[in-house]
Amino acid sequence: MASKPRITKAYTLGFAAAVTMVCSVLLASAATLLKERQDRNVQLDIKWNILSVLDLVESRDVEAEEVFRLFDSNVRTYVVDPAGNKVDGKNAEEVDPKSEPDLLPVFARVDGDVTAAYCIPTQGKALWSTVKGYIALENDLNTVKGITFYSHGETPGLGGEIDKEWFTEGFKGKTILDENGAVVSIHIVKGKLRGGEADLEHKVDGISGATLTTKGLNEFIKYTLDRYEPFFKTVRGVAS
Amino acid sequence: MSLLSKKDQGFLKDPLMDNNPIATQVLGICSALAVTVQLQTAVVMSIAVISVISFSNVLISLVRNKVPSNIRIIVELAIIATLVILVDQILKAFLYDISKQLSVFVGLIITNCIVLGRAEAFALQNKPWPSFLDGVGNGLGYSMILIAVAFGRELLGSGTLFGFQVIPDAAYAAGYQNMGLMVLAPGAFILLGLIIWVQRAITGVAE
Repeated sequence: MASKPRITKAYTLGFAAAVTMVCSVLLASAATLLKERQDRNVQLDIKWNILSVLDLVESRDVEAEEVFRLFDSNVRTYVVDPAGNKVDGKNAEEVDPKSEPDLLPVFARVDGDVTAAYCIPTQGKALWSTVKGYIALENDLNTVKGITFYSHGETPGLGGEIDKEWFTEGFKGKTILDENGAVVSIHIVKGKLRGGEADLEHKVDGISGATLTTKGLNEFIKYTLDRYEPFFKTVRGVAS
Repeated sequence: MSLLSKKDQGFLKDPLMDNNPIATQVLGICSALAVTVQLQTAVVMSIAVISVISFSNVLISLVRNKVPSNIRIIVELAIIATLVILVDQILKAFLYDISKQLSVFVGLIITNCIVLGRAEAFALQNKPWPSFLDGVGNGLGYSMILIAVAFGRELLGSGTLFGFQVIPDAAYAAGYQNMGLMVLAPGAFILLGLIIWVQRAITGVAE
Protein backbone atom coordinates (compact mmCIF):
# COMPACT_ATOMS: atom_id res chain seq x y z
CA MET A 1 0.00 0.00 0.00
CA ALA A 2 1.46 3.33 -1.02
CA SER A 3 1.85 5.83 1.80
CA LYS A 4 -1.13 8.13 2.11
CA PRO A 5 -0.28 11.83 2.11
CA ARG A 6 -0.98 13.59 5.38
CA ILE A 7 -4.39 15.20 4.99
CA THR A 8 -4.44 18.83 6.06
CA LYS A 9 -7.07 21.43 5.22
CA ALA A 10 -4.62 23.16 2.91
CA TYR A 11 -3.88 19.92 1.10
CA THR A 12 -7.59 19.23 0.60
CA LEU A 13 -8.19 22.72 -0.74
CA GLY A 14 -5.17 22.52 -3.01
CA PHE A 15 -6.27 19.14 -4.33
CA ALA A 16 -9.78 20.39 -5.06
CA ALA A 17 -8.38 23.45 -6.82
CA ALA A 18 -6.05 21.34 -8.95
CA VAL A 19 -8.84 18.96 -10.01
CA THR A 20 -11.08 21.91 -10.88
CA MET A 21 -8.35 23.56 -12.92
CA VAL A 22 -7.52 20.45 -14.91
CA CYS A 23 -11.20 19.68 -15.62
CA SER A 24 -12.08 23.21 -16.69
CA VAL A 25 -9.07 23.59 -18.97
CA LEU A 26 -9.94 20.29 -20.59
CA LEU A 27 -13.58 21.21 -21.13
CA ALA A 28 -12.89 24.75 -22.28
CA SER A 29 -10.43 23.56 -24.90
CA ALA A 30 -12.75 20.82 -26.11
CA ALA A 31 -15.64 23.28 -26.40
CA THR A 32 -13.52 25.79 -28.35
CA LEU A 33 -12.08 23.18 -30.68
CA LEU A 34 -15.41 21.60 -31.52
CA LYS A 35 -17.51 24.78 -31.65
CA GLU A 36 -17.19 25.36 -35.38
CA ARG A 37 -18.32 21.84 -36.24
CA GLN A 38 -21.21 21.97 -33.76
CA ASP A 39 -22.45 25.31 -35.08
CA ARG A 40 -22.35 23.95 -38.60
CA ASN A 41 -24.44 20.97 -37.49
CA VAL A 42 -27.04 23.24 -35.91
CA GLN A 43 -27.16 25.39 -39.06
CA LEU A 44 -27.48 22.31 -41.21
CA ASP A 45 -30.32 20.99 -39.09
CA ILE A 46 -32.24 24.29 -39.28
CA LYS A 47 -31.78 24.51 -43.04
CA TRP A 48 -32.76 20.89 -43.52
CA ASN A 49 -35.97 21.46 -41.55
CA ILE A 50 -36.88 24.54 -43.58
CA LEU A 51 -36.17 22.69 -46.83
CA SER A 52 -38.24 19.75 -45.69
CA VAL A 53 -41.40 21.77 -44.86
CA LEU A 54 -40.98 23.60 -48.16
CA ASP A 55 -40.90 20.19 -49.85
CA LEU A 56 -37.42 20.69 -51.28
CA VAL A 57 -35.83 17.64 -49.64
CA GLU A 58 -37.42 14.31 -48.98
CA SER A 59 -35.22 12.31 -46.69
CA ARG A 60 -32.53 12.78 -44.11
CA ASP A 61 -29.89 11.18 -46.32
CA VAL A 62 -28.94 14.37 -48.11
CA GLU A 63 -25.31 15.44 -48.15
CA ALA A 64 -24.52 18.54 -46.10
CA GLU A 65 -23.23 20.41 -49.17
CA GLU A 66 -26.43 19.62 -51.04
CA VAL A 67 -28.54 21.06 -48.19
CA PHE A 68 -26.53 24.30 -48.21
CA ARG A 69 -26.69 24.47 -52.02
CA LEU A 70 -30.46 23.86 -52.20
CA PHE A 71 -31.05 26.40 -49.48
CA ASP A 72 -28.95 29.08 -51.16
CA SER A 73 -30.46 28.57 -54.60
CA ASN A 74 -34.14 28.02 -53.70
CA VAL A 75 -34.85 29.90 -50.51
CA ARG A 76 -35.05 33.68 -50.13
CA THR A 77 -34.93 34.89 -46.57
CA TYR A 78 -36.05 38.18 -45.14
CA VAL A 79 -37.38 39.70 -41.96
CA VAL A 80 -40.67 41.53 -41.48
CA ASP A 81 -42.12 43.42 -38.53
CA PRO A 82 -45.55 42.76 -36.97
CA ALA A 83 -47.04 45.58 -39.08
CA GLY A 84 -46.11 43.69 -42.21
CA ASN A 85 -43.21 45.84 -43.43
CA LYS A 86 -39.89 44.39 -44.47
CA VAL A 87 -37.00 45.13 -42.15
CA ASP A 88 -33.70 45.70 -43.88
CA GLY A 89 -30.29 44.62 -42.75
CA LYS A 90 -31.34 41.65 -40.64
CA ASN A 91 -30.43 38.04 -41.27
CA ALA A 92 -33.53 35.86 -40.94
CA GLU A 93 -31.47 32.91 -39.74
CA GLU A 94 -29.96 34.89 -36.88
CA VAL A 95 -33.13 36.32 -35.40
CA ASP A 96 -33.46 35.32 -31.78
CA PRO A 97 -37.17 35.13 -30.94
CA LYS A 98 -36.48 35.76 -27.25
CA SER A 99 -34.55 39.02 -27.51
CA GLU A 100 -36.09 40.27 -30.76
CA PRO A 101 -39.77 39.31 -30.56
CA ASP A 102 -40.73 41.95 -33.10
CA LEU A 103 -38.60 40.57 -35.88
CA LEU A 104 -40.39 37.91 -37.87
CA PRO A 105 -38.23 35.81 -40.18
CA VAL A 106 -39.69 34.53 -43.45
CA PHE A 107 -38.19 31.81 -45.61
CA ALA A 108 -39.74 31.89 -49.06
CA ARG A 109 -39.34 29.13 -51.61
CA VAL A 110 -38.79 30.56 -55.07
CA ASP A 111 -39.16 28.50 -58.23
CA GLY A 112 -37.60 30.68 -60.90
CA ASP A 113 -39.32 34.06 -60.42
CA VAL A 114 -42.39 32.79 -58.63
CA THR A 115 -42.63 32.53 -54.88
CA ALA A 116 -44.10 29.07 -54.43
CA ALA A 117 -44.41 28.83 -50.67
CA TYR A 118 -43.64 30.57 -47.40
CA CYS A 119 -42.08 29.04 -44.32
CA ILE A 120 -42.23 30.72 -40.91
CA PRO A 121 -40.77 29.62 -37.59
CA THR A 122 -43.10 29.02 -34.69
CA GLN A 123 -42.43 28.20 -31.09
CA GLY A 124 -44.12 28.19 -27.74
CA LYS A 125 -44.70 26.34 -24.52
CA ALA A 126 -46.38 22.97 -24.62
CA LEU A 127 -46.68 20.71 -21.57
CA TRP A 128 -43.07 20.30 -20.43
CA SER A 129 -40.97 22.26 -22.81
CA THR A 130 -40.65 24.90 -25.45
CA VAL A 131 -41.56 23.35 -28.78
CA LYS A 132 -39.91 24.78 -31.88
CA GLY A 133 -41.03 24.18 -35.41
CA TYR A 134 -41.74 25.54 -38.85
CA ILE A 135 -45.00 26.04 -40.69
CA ALA A 136 -45.04 26.27 -44.48
CA LEU A 137 -47.94 27.82 -46.37
CA GLU A 138 -48.68 27.63 -50.10
CA ASN A 139 -48.44 30.91 -51.99
CA ASP A 140 -52.15 31.60 -51.35
CA LEU A 141 -51.01 32.05 -47.73
CA ASN A 142 -53.98 30.04 -46.62
CA THR A 143 -53.30 26.39 -47.37
CA VAL A 144 -50.79 24.58 -45.14
CA LYS A 145 -47.99 22.99 -47.13
CA GLY A 146 -46.29 21.33 -44.23
CA ILE A 147 -45.35 21.58 -40.59
CA THR A 148 -42.46 20.25 -38.57
CA PHE A 149 -41.43 20.29 -34.93
CA TYR A 150 -37.70 19.88 -34.65
CA SER A 151 -37.02 20.57 -31.01
CA HIS A 152 -39.12 19.64 -28.01
CA GLY A 153 -38.93 17.86 -24.68
CA GLU A 154 -42.38 16.30 -24.59
CA THR A 155 -43.00 12.78 -23.28
CA PRO A 156 -41.74 10.22 -25.82
CA GLY A 157 -44.63 8.17 -27.16
CA LEU A 158 -47.24 10.72 -26.04
CA GLY A 159 -46.58 14.43 -26.62
CA GLY A 160 -43.34 13.43 -28.31
CA GLU A 161 -45.39 12.08 -31.22
CA ILE A 162 -45.72 15.65 -32.52
CA ASP A 163 -42.50 15.20 -34.47
CA LYS A 164 -43.81 12.05 -36.17
CA GLU A 165 -44.93 12.03 -39.77
CA TRP A 166 -48.38 10.56 -39.10
CA PHE A 167 -49.20 13.62 -37.01
CA THR A 168 -47.64 16.36 -39.16
CA GLU A 169 -49.09 14.80 -42.35
CA GLY A 170 -52.55 15.70 -41.05
CA PHE A 171 -51.84 19.43 -41.37
CA LYS A 172 -51.19 19.26 -45.11
CA GLY A 173 -53.91 20.89 -47.20
CA LYS A 174 -55.73 22.39 -44.19
CA THR A 175 -56.54 26.09 -44.36
CA ILE A 176 -55.94 28.82 -41.81
CA LEU A 177 -58.55 31.38 -42.94
CA ASP A 178 -62.33 31.23 -42.64
CA GLU A 179 -64.68 32.34 -45.43
CA ASN A 180 -64.44 35.98 -44.28
CA GLY A 181 -60.66 35.95 -44.44
CA ALA A 182 -60.10 35.96 -40.68
CA VAL A 183 -57.36 33.80 -39.17
CA VAL A 184 -58.86 30.76 -37.45
CA SER A 185 -55.58 28.82 -37.46
CA ILE A 186 -55.50 25.03 -37.28
CA HIS A 187 -57.09 23.28 -34.38
CA ILE A 188 -55.78 19.95 -33.12
CA VAL A 189 -58.82 18.14 -31.79
CA LYS A 190 -59.03 15.77 -28.85
CA GLY A 191 -58.86 12.24 -30.21
CA LYS A 192 -59.39 11.44 -33.87
CA LEU A 193 -61.50 13.22 -36.44
CA ARG A 194 -64.52 11.13 -37.32
CA GLY A 195 -65.43 13.12 -40.38
CA GLY A 196 -68.58 15.13 -40.66
CA GLU A 197 -67.47 17.72 -38.08
CA ALA A 198 -67.99 21.37 -38.88
CA ASP A 199 -64.92 23.26 -40.14
CA LEU A 200 -63.08 20.07 -41.04
CA GLU A 201 -60.65 22.08 -43.14
CA HIS A 202 -59.24 23.71 -39.99
CA LYS A 203 -59.01 20.57 -37.84
CA VAL A 204 -56.36 17.92 -37.37
CA ASP A 205 -56.27 14.52 -35.62
CA GLY A 206 -55.11 14.75 -32.02
CA ILE A 207 -52.82 12.46 -30.06
CA SER A 208 -54.38 10.43 -27.28
CA GLY A 209 -52.58 11.05 -24.01
CA ALA A 210 -51.17 14.34 -25.26
CA THR A 211 -54.08 16.72 -24.79
CA LEU A 212 -52.01 19.31 -22.93
CA THR A 213 -49.19 19.22 -25.48
CA THR A 214 -51.60 19.78 -28.36
CA LYS A 215 -53.37 22.51 -26.40
CA GLY A 216 -50.05 24.36 -26.23
CA LEU A 217 -49.50 23.78 -29.95
CA ASN A 218 -52.96 25.15 -30.80
CA GLU A 219 -52.24 28.29 -28.82
CA PHE A 220 -48.81 29.13 -30.19
CA ILE A 221 -49.59 28.22 -33.81
CA LYS A 222 -52.55 30.60 -33.70
CA TYR A 223 -50.37 33.24 -32.04
CA THR A 224 -47.68 32.91 -34.71
CA LEU A 225 -50.19 33.07 -37.58
CA ASP A 226 -51.81 36.17 -36.04
CA ARG A 227 -48.44 37.88 -35.79
CA TYR A 228 -47.64 37.23 -39.44
CA GLU A 229 -51.13 38.03 -40.70
CA PRO A 230 -50.45 41.76 -41.45
CA PHE A 231 -47.52 40.71 -43.66
CA PHE A 232 -49.54 37.92 -45.27
CA LYS A 233 -52.35 40.39 -46.00
CA THR A 234 -50.01 42.68 -47.94
CA VAL A 235 -48.70 39.70 -49.94
CA ARG A 236 -52.21 38.45 -50.71
CA GLY A 237 -53.22 42.01 -51.69
CA VAL A 238 -50.46 42.20 -54.28
CA ALA A 239 -51.22 38.79 -55.69
CA SER A 240 -54.97 39.28 -56.18
CA MET B 1 -0.88 -18.15 -24.07
CA SER B 2 -3.28 -15.48 -23.19
CA LEU B 3 -3.04 -11.72 -23.51
CA LEU B 4 -4.52 -11.28 -20.07
CA SER B 5 -3.81 -13.16 -16.87
CA LYS B 6 -6.57 -15.29 -15.35
CA LYS B 7 -7.27 -12.61 -12.79
CA ASP B 8 -7.44 -9.86 -15.42
CA GLN B 9 -9.82 -11.97 -17.48
CA GLY B 10 -11.99 -12.24 -14.41
CA PHE B 11 -12.22 -8.43 -14.14
CA LEU B 12 -13.39 -8.29 -17.72
CA LYS B 13 -15.70 -11.31 -17.80
CA ASP B 14 -17.30 -11.27 -14.40
CA PRO B 15 -19.55 -8.24 -15.05
CA LEU B 16 -20.70 -9.73 -18.35
CA MET B 17 -22.65 -12.57 -16.80
CA ASP B 18 -22.30 -13.45 -13.11
CA ASN B 19 -22.18 -9.88 -11.89
CA ASN B 20 -23.88 -7.98 -14.69
CA PRO B 21 -24.53 -4.40 -13.55
CA ILE B 22 -28.03 -4.24 -15.03
CA ALA B 23 -29.30 -7.79 -14.74
CA THR B 24 -27.78 -8.73 -11.38
CA GLN B 25 -27.28 -5.43 -9.61
CA VAL B 26 -30.18 -3.69 -11.39
CA LEU B 27 -28.25 -0.43 -11.79
CA GLY B 28 -28.54 2.06 -14.64
CA ILE B 29 -32.07 1.06 -15.55
CA CYS B 30 -33.40 4.51 -16.47
CA SER B 31 -31.14 5.02 -19.45
CA ALA B 32 -31.57 1.38 -20.43
CA LEU B 33 -35.28 2.08 -20.83
CA ALA B 34 -34.92 5.39 -22.58
CA VAL B 35 -32.44 4.79 -25.38
CA THR B 36 -33.43 1.30 -26.47
CA VAL B 37 -36.18 2.08 -28.97
CA GLN B 38 -33.63 1.76 -31.77
CA LEU B 39 -30.41 -0.22 -32.06
CA GLN B 40 -28.44 2.72 -33.39
CA THR B 41 -29.00 4.92 -30.36
CA ALA B 42 -28.40 1.95 -28.05
CA VAL B 43 -25.04 1.22 -29.68
CA VAL B 44 -23.89 4.84 -29.52
CA MET B 45 -25.03 5.07 -25.91
CA SER B 46 -23.13 1.84 -25.14
CA ILE B 47 -19.92 3.19 -26.63
CA ALA B 48 -20.36 6.42 -24.66
CA VAL B 49 -20.90 4.54 -21.40
CA ILE B 50 -17.97 2.14 -21.99
CA SER B 51 -15.59 5.03 -22.63
CA VAL B 52 -16.82 7.02 -19.64
CA ILE B 53 -16.61 4.10 -17.18
CA SER B 54 -13.22 2.84 -18.32
CA PHE B 55 -11.54 6.25 -18.37
CA SER B 56 -13.13 7.43 -15.13
CA ASN B 57 -11.95 4.19 -13.50
CA VAL B 58 -8.40 4.72 -14.76
CA LEU B 59 -8.27 8.38 -13.70
CA ILE B 60 -9.77 7.72 -10.30
CA SER B 61 -7.43 4.81 -9.76
CA LEU B 62 -4.47 7.06 -10.65
CA VAL B 63 -5.38 9.60 -8.00
CA ARG B 64 -6.67 7.07 -5.44
CA ASN B 65 -3.70 7.50 -3.07
CA LYS B 66 -3.68 11.28 -3.37
CA VAL B 67 -7.33 12.14 -3.00
CA PRO B 68 -8.37 13.32 0.48
CA SER B 69 -11.10 10.94 1.57
CA ASN B 70 -13.43 13.71 2.78
CA ILE B 71 -13.82 15.15 -0.72
CA ARG B 72 -13.44 11.86 -2.56
CA ILE B 73 -17.01 11.66 -3.92
CA ILE B 74 -16.85 15.23 -5.23
CA VAL B 75 -13.58 14.53 -6.99
CA GLU B 76 -14.98 11.36 -8.51
CA LEU B 77 -18.04 13.25 -9.73
CA ALA B 78 -15.90 16.04 -11.18
CA ILE B 79 -13.88 13.51 -13.15
CA ILE B 80 -16.97 11.63 -14.34
CA ALA B 81 -18.81 14.83 -15.25
CA THR B 82 -15.84 16.11 -17.23
CA LEU B 83 -15.67 12.89 -19.22
CA VAL B 84 -19.41 12.88 -19.85
CA ILE B 85 -19.41 16.46 -21.10
CA LEU B 86 -16.48 15.63 -23.37
CA VAL B 87 -18.41 12.70 -24.85
CA ASP B 88 -21.48 14.90 -25.29
CA GLN B 89 -19.46 17.60 -27.07
CA ILE B 90 -17.87 15.06 -29.38
CA LEU B 91 -21.24 13.55 -30.25
CA LYS B 92 -22.67 17.00 -30.99
CA ALA B 93 -19.77 17.70 -33.32
CA PHE B 94 -19.61 14.40 -35.17
CA LEU B 95 -22.90 12.53 -34.72
CA TYR B 96 -25.38 15.39 -34.44
CA ASP B 97 -28.53 13.47 -35.39
CA ILE B 98 -27.87 10.70 -32.92
CA SER B 99 -26.94 13.18 -30.21
CA LYS B 100 -30.30 14.86 -30.77
CA GLN B 101 -32.09 11.56 -30.29
CA LEU B 102 -30.09 10.69 -27.19
CA SER B 103 -30.81 14.22 -25.93
CA VAL B 104 -30.44 14.39 -22.16
CA PHE B 105 -29.44 10.78 -21.71
CA VAL B 106 -25.78 11.31 -22.55
CA GLY B 107 -25.64 14.00 -19.88
CA LEU B 108 -27.39 11.64 -17.51
CA ILE B 109 -24.49 9.16 -17.72
CA ILE B 110 -23.13 11.31 -14.87
CA THR B 111 -25.90 10.00 -12.67
CA ASN B 112 -25.64 6.45 -13.97
CA CYS B 113 -25.08 4.49 -10.80
CA ILE B 114 -22.79 2.03 -12.57
CA VAL B 115 -20.11 4.66 -13.17
CA LEU B 116 -19.92 6.03 -9.63
CA GLY B 117 -20.49 2.54 -8.27
CA ARG B 118 -17.42 1.14 -10.04
CA ALA B 119 -15.35 4.16 -9.02
CA GLU B 120 -16.22 3.65 -5.37
CA ALA B 121 -16.20 -0.13 -5.30
CA PHE B 122 -13.25 -0.86 -7.54
CA ALA B 123 -11.10 1.99 -8.82
CA LEU B 124 -10.42 3.37 -5.34
CA GLN B 125 -8.84 0.08 -4.24
CA ASN B 126 -7.11 -1.10 -7.39
CA LYS B 127 -4.32 -0.21 -9.80
CA PRO B 128 -5.13 1.57 -13.09
CA TRP B 129 -4.89 -1.48 -15.40
CA PRO B 130 -7.33 -3.72 -13.50
CA SER B 131 -9.55 -0.66 -13.04
CA PHE B 132 -9.55 -0.10 -16.77
CA LEU B 133 -10.51 -3.73 -17.41
CA ASP B 134 -13.20 -3.55 -14.75
CA GLY B 135 -14.57 -0.41 -16.44
CA VAL B 136 -14.60 -2.01 -19.88
CA GLY B 137 -16.16 -5.18 -18.44
CA ASN B 138 -18.96 -3.33 -16.67
CA GLY B 139 -19.50 -1.11 -19.70
CA LEU B 140 -19.80 -4.18 -21.89
CA GLY B 141 -22.14 -5.84 -19.41
CA TYR B 142 -24.37 -2.76 -19.57
CA SER B 143 -24.10 -2.61 -23.37
CA MET B 144 -24.99 -6.26 -23.81
CA ILE B 145 -28.32 -5.81 -22.07
CA LEU B 146 -28.95 -2.46 -23.75
CA ILE B 147 -28.37 -3.91 -27.20
CA ALA B 148 -30.39 -7.04 -26.48
CA VAL B 149 -33.35 -4.92 -25.34
CA ALA B 150 -32.97 -2.56 -28.30
CA PHE B 151 -32.82 -5.51 -30.71
CA GLY B 152 -36.13 -6.82 -29.42
CA ARG B 153 -37.79 -3.42 -29.29
CA GLU B 154 -36.74 -2.26 -32.73
CA LEU B 155 -37.56 -5.62 -34.35
CA LEU B 156 -40.98 -6.03 -32.73
CA GLY B 157 -41.87 -2.36 -32.44
CA SER B 158 -40.78 -1.02 -35.82
CA GLY B 159 -39.97 -4.13 -37.87
CA THR B 160 -36.48 -2.80 -38.55
CA LEU B 161 -32.90 -3.39 -37.38
CA PHE B 162 -30.49 -0.43 -37.49
CA GLY B 163 -33.20 1.33 -39.51
CA PHE B 164 -33.35 -1.35 -42.23
CA GLN B 165 -36.65 -3.07 -42.70
CA VAL B 166 -36.37 -6.77 -41.90
CA ILE B 167 -40.01 -7.80 -41.69
CA PRO B 168 -41.00 -8.35 -45.33
CA ASP B 169 -43.82 -6.32 -46.87
CA ALA B 170 -45.62 -9.58 -47.56
CA ALA B 171 -45.98 -10.13 -43.81
CA TYR B 172 -47.62 -6.73 -43.39
CA ALA B 173 -49.87 -7.47 -46.35
CA ALA B 174 -50.88 -10.71 -44.65
CA GLY B 175 -51.99 -8.76 -41.57
CA TYR B 176 -48.83 -8.60 -39.44
CA GLN B 177 -48.65 -5.48 -37.33
CA ASN B 178 -45.82 -3.79 -35.46
CA MET B 179 -46.24 -4.03 -31.72
CA GLY B 180 -46.79 -0.46 -30.58
CA LEU B 181 -46.19 -1.41 -26.96
CA MET B 182 -42.51 -2.09 -27.74
CA VAL B 183 -41.92 1.52 -28.77
CA LEU B 184 -43.18 2.74 -25.41
CA ALA B 185 -41.41 2.40 -22.07
CA PRO B 186 -43.45 -0.61 -20.88
CA GLY B 187 -42.00 -2.62 -23.77
CA ALA B 188 -38.53 -2.10 -22.32
CA PHE B 189 -39.69 -3.12 -18.84
CA ILE B 190 -41.15 -6.35 -20.15
CA LEU B 191 -38.10 -7.26 -22.25
CA LEU B 192 -35.70 -6.30 -19.47
CA GLY B 193 -37.69 -8.40 -17.02
CA LEU B 194 -37.54 -11.39 -19.36
CA ILE B 195 -33.79 -10.95 -19.87
CA ILE B 196 -33.16 -10.72 -16.12
CA TRP B 197 -35.26 -13.84 -15.60
CA VAL B 198 -33.30 -15.84 -18.18
CA GLN B 199 -29.97 -14.50 -16.93
CA ARG B 200 -30.75 -15.40 -13.33
CA ALA B 201 -32.01 -18.82 -14.28
CA ILE B 202 -28.64 -19.48 -15.92
CA THR B 203 -26.37 -18.01 -13.24
CA GLY B 204 -28.51 -19.15 -10.34
CA VAL B 205 -28.36 -15.75 -8.62
CA ALA B 206 -30.99 -15.18 -5.98
CA GLU B 207 -31.72 -12.08 -3.98
